[in-house]
Amino acid sequence: MTSIDLPRGHAVRLGLERLSRIIGIDPRLLGMLLVLVVIWLALNIATGGTFLSARNLFNLSLQVAVVGVMATGMVLVIVSRNIDLSIGSVLGFVGVFGALMQTEWLGLGHGYTWWVTSLLMLLLGTVIGAGQGAIVAYGGVPSFIVTLGGLLFFRNAAFQINLGATVAPLDETFQLLGGGLNGTIGAFWSWICGGLAIVAIAVSSILIRRKRQRFGFAVRPLPMEIVGIVLWSALVLVFVAVMNAYPQPKTNEPMGIAIPVLILIGVTLIMTIVARRTGFGRYVYAIGGNPESAELAGISVKFTIVKVFALMGLLAGIASIIITARLNAGASVTGTLTELNVIAAAVIGGTSLAGGIGTIYGAVLGAVFMQSLENGMVLLGVPTPLQKMVIAVVLVAAVWIDRVYQRSRT
Amino acid sequence: MSATQAQTPLVELRRISKTFGGVHALEDVDVDIYPGEVVALLGHNGAGKSTLIKVLSGVHPPDHGEIRVFGNPVRIESTREAKALGIETIYQNLALAENLDAVANLFLGRERYTRFGFLDEETMEHETRRMLDRMKLRLPSLRTEVSRLSGGQRQAIAIGRAVYFDAKILIMDEPTAALGPEETAKVGELVRELKAEGIGIFLISHDIHDVFDLADRITVLSHGRVVGTVRTSDVSKDDVLSMIILGRMPTR
Ligand SMILES: Nc1ncnc2c1ncn2[C@@H]1O[C@H](COP(=O)(O)OP(=O)(O)OP(=O)(O)O)[C@@H](O)[C@H]1O
Ligand SMILES: [Mg+2]
Repeated sequence: MTSIDLPRGHAVRLGLERLSRIIGIDPRLLGMLLVLVVIWLALNIATGGTFLSARNLFNLSLQVAVVGVMATGMVLVIVSRNIDLSIGSVLGFVGVFGALMQTEWLGLGHGYTWWVTSLLMLLLGTVIGAGQGAIVAYGGVPSFIVTLGGLLFFRNAAFQINLGATVAPLDETFQLLGGGLNGTIGAFWSWICGGLAIVAIAVSSILIRRKRQRFGFAVRPLPMEIVGIVLWSALVLVFVAVMNAYPQPKTNEPMGIAIPVLILIGVTLIMTIVARRTGFGRYVYAIGGNPESAELAGISVKFTIVKVFALMGLLAGIASIIITARLNAGASVTGTLTELNVIAAAVIGGTSLAGGIGTIYGAVLGAVFMQSLENGMVLLGVPTPLQKMVIAVVLVAAVWIDRVYQRSRT
Repeated sequence: MSATQAQTPLVELRRISKTFGGVHALEDVDVDIYPGEVVALLGHNGAGKSTLIKVLSGVHPPDHGEIRVFGNPVRIESTREAKALGIETIYQNLALAENLDAVANLFLGRERYTRFGFLDEETMEHETRRMLDRMKLRLPSLRTEVSRLSGGQRQAIAIGRAVYFDAKILIMDEPTAALGPEETAKVGELVRELKAEGIGIFLISHDIHDVFDLADRITVLSHGRVVGTVRTSDVSKDDVLSMIILGRMPTR
């Protein structure tokens, strides 16, 4: 950096920080959000308006679901100073297992097939995660190595359990979880969900405000609070409207929000509460900030690490249900290299590889960012190898920018 | 002197030994402390001071020896058990999670929960504020990461964390090593207040002036053994220095 660049970068940063305080988002994320908007507009122009069409945004929301769900877990993994490279393979392995479960063991078309399969897939993912976590925590093997082994092991296990043959088709009800043509909740329920979300936003803002006032803490000025609620509500309404603007090709009824997207929203909310409002979440951040201090404070660091990986495995299980249902098939190659998108989403969303820092909503925004790029490149007909090269560059650039930003703060 | 030898000590450590792979970090160490007393632990680098307090705070259970708290023999196998006995420690290297705020650090490992089982941030923030007021400490914000605070402010949080939860025995390993003169004075003030409340304080410091200011008794360690324990009022600084350097009691 030259001596002229420094003060100017400083001014930009100050501006971002001021704006971020008004709308209550981390300045670094706000910068990412601005870049995202620019990319969306650019892609929209480049694709002649296809990118921001209701149909494409609907597809994009589905693509974000799989990566987004796993990115929320990757945040905690990275915050705790670990990494999980195995999730793409776990995704594939659990998927083949779930497909075999339906076709070979339970049978298609029973009322219980979809939920028994789903539960077992979640269980399998969790057990795999917990096992890897235990080797990391109690065996003292670095997570990079353990999950690199997991990457190789589970990808090939996915092949081995059905000798590479794709398992299809799957149970009809199960397919809905992937958000196919029928896997959406329609216009009416989408509006209901949107309405509930707005009520929840308003009520929780008021409750938190009341509680803070009861303790005599500073609260944001009332007009600002109201502007915040209105802005968030408007965002919800726009989202529902866009999802409803895409008609089902066969019936011409509005599609509404897809089930995987609802799952992602639910996961994001729950994971945010886990990260910010539970003892477990607090300990994960404490371990990332200073493992010795966490240990001295009486926290069971090892067991917490096992739980982090188990949670990551559970989320990989959820993602596996979504993608297997959407593809309507269990294939041993499903999810290859997905771990990179997930890690990139977390890092672009502000998770620091040094540990201790990262937010759930940031990672989900990061997933939107990654999948927007991928989606846009597909629309533009960019060949697959070139797409992967771009993703690789974006990943490295994101970490680089993070470094520069962190250094400028101190 | 507030402590009379007739009282039961808050803590007695008897014939404590600890080895680390052949290194005798502690050998047959005897130390005790009475309510409202400050006992300084002195010794050259590697003498075993930190190890001794880690024995007491549950980080390194001893190989041999006995620990009595209020006259009762106890086993302290973890930091949690030490805390349950009212033994709180401020470790040599500021043991805070730099990425968390003051409130989170203060309550780390002892969080308050709402009746639904979620962290009760408001109550914790409220109590943090009250505690800092009581200690007459001021922080710019309770909700910024600790990494953005000064050394003195961080030390205040570390001390606050130790005394807030009904400490009976407070261990301070080099509490002022990273601090400027003003902040050091502040810590000294705090030590006197805590002493007045009847808390027993083990103080490790390399600053002999600090020690003479604050301590009632001084125990000198050398190569893991106790050289001797003296009353601050009975000795001169030179006596203590010679104990540290020569490793034997002053002759007179
Ligand atoms: N965890 C450990 N593993 C192995 N050896 C240790 C460990 N902790 C301390 N020791 C050794 O025990 C001896 C006493 O160390 P200790 O840290 O108690 O010294 P100290 O008196 O606190 O020194 P300082 O003034 O430098 O803090 C040293 O020889 C040290 O190398
Ligand atoms: Mg020491």
